[in-house]
Amino acid sequence: MTRLTVTGEDRRVAWLATAAVGLSLVDAAIPTPLPGIKPGLANIVTLVVLLRYGWGTAVWVSILRVLAGSLLLGHFLAPGFFLSLTGTTLSLLTLGAARHLPQRWFGPVSLSIFAAFAHIGGQLLLARVWLIPHDGVFLLAPLFAAAALVFGTINGLIAAKLLAEPTEEPSCPKPSALP
Amino acid sequence: MKPWLALLRPGDWLVLAGAALLVGLSIPLFWQGGLADRAIIRQEGKVFAEVDLRSKRQLEVAGPLGITLIAVEPGRARVVSDPGPRQYCVRQGWLMRPGEIAICAPNRVSLQIAGRTRIYDSISY
Repeated sequence: MTRLTVTGEDRRVAWLATAAVGLSLVDAAIPTPLPGIKPGLANIVTLVVLLRYGWGTAVWVSILRVLAGSLLLGHFLAPGFFLSLTGTTLSLLTLGAARHLPQRWFGPVSLSIFAAFAHIGGQLLLARVWLIPHDGVFLLAPLFAAAALVFGTINGLIAAKLLAEPTEEPSCPKPSALP
Repeated sequence: MKPWLALLRPGDWLVLAGAALLVGLSIPLFWQGGLADRAIIRQEGKVFAEVDLRSKRQLEVAGPLGITLIAVEPGRARVVSDPGPRQYCVRQGWLMRPGEIAICAPNRVSLQIAGRTRIYDSISY
């Protein structure tokens, strides 16, 4: 019988993903004037994780967040899930490329804006190809782009603020007794 | 405000400006024809009136069947009533995007919304 060994890294990913899922739920609860425009608060977690623990951890946290978030919100495998997955995948790929920019010049705000535009770009393309196969979806593009700019900047600033605070390991509660 | 601005690095401003430019460019790209600013009313193919869409007024256009009543309001226009048998142009409701057109063929009246730039559709050709 094989025993699963839980590493510190696993605990960290789980803990951070939980924080991201929590923010996803807050996100879903905020009323918005237009479907598709959301603050994307969970991306703050993605950014902090990316800059503190690297891209691999950020990918894990994001994918877990999309999966667990969709299960909790009840749209797992519904169109909203695939939109979310496409947006997240594209923004993770963009972040993977953008993190190589010189850190002295480009901070979390740049990364956040790049990620926000990649997110909405991916979602629009999927919507055009699959959900609404008509160029009419692009009528909303300027509004989505403006939202990406505003929320990307705000989320980036929050992430920068969190990263500027003294580094400390997230307080993972150690399970008191292993089963 | 000050402590937040300190979090922005020089390149961030560049990215912000670039993103704002992208948003600005996306408006003419995706909202072709710009905003609606005029309603063009034609009778027998000739321009009967060009009404600024900032005003609010009603027009009566006389055609072979009778009077077509057109209402113009800020940002939109519609055919209110028409003597035609099928009422297609009345049922189209409010028109507000450049290029939109309601044609009351039996009475030979058309109402079209125009923006700053001309856009073409299959009807134009």
